[in-house]
Amino acid sequence: MDDQTKNLIQSHIDTNEVCLFMKGTPDAPQCGFSMAISNMLKILEVNYKGINVLESQSLREGIKEFSDWPTIPQVYIKGEFVGGCDIVKEMYENGELKKTLEDKKINFKK
Amino acid sequence: MAMNLKEIEDLIKEALPDAVIEIQDLAGDGNHYSATVTSNSFSGKSKIEQHKMVYNSLRGKMGNELHALAIKTKEQ
Repeated sequence: MDDQTKNLIQSHIDTNEVCLFMKGTPDAPQCGFSMAISNMLKILEVNYKGINVLESQSLREGIKEFSDWPTIPQVYIKGEFVGGCDIVKEMYENGELKKTLEDKKINFKK
Repeated sequence: MAMNLKEIEDLIKEALPDAVIEIQDLAGDGNHYSATVTSNSFSGKSKIEQHKMVYNSLRGKMGNELHALAIKTKEQ
């Protein structure tokens, strides 16, 4: 991964409390897994930034290396990698996601 | 290129010999699977670490030959 990509990813994570690296956009997701996570965040009324990795091949590959995680979507909350689709979905279902948002002082619909 | 169910199971089994593995081919296309992996080696590890152990067992195939594998990990 080149420095430019790394810095770009880091700046997304630094400037947005909740970041979703996804295929497509929150309004027009292009993959079912990305859509699923996007919808969960919408239901919880979390203010998040969707970053479309399909816009750049270097970003699409770079985020996998950055997080050491082979799949997309990926969720970051306050700079911390929280998980991909399976983990975040599980956390949504068992209430851990709300707890994490609360612990990290992120506004959401309780 | 797709992967068959047995290949996935064998790779996970190789890395986590005690694992109980249930795999489903969700769409019947050899491309969309879900796997539930139960192993003692997950104990004391975070979900992220547990999933990484499964991804690592697949030796880089995840996201390449293997398009979609939903993972659920359980400690024994």
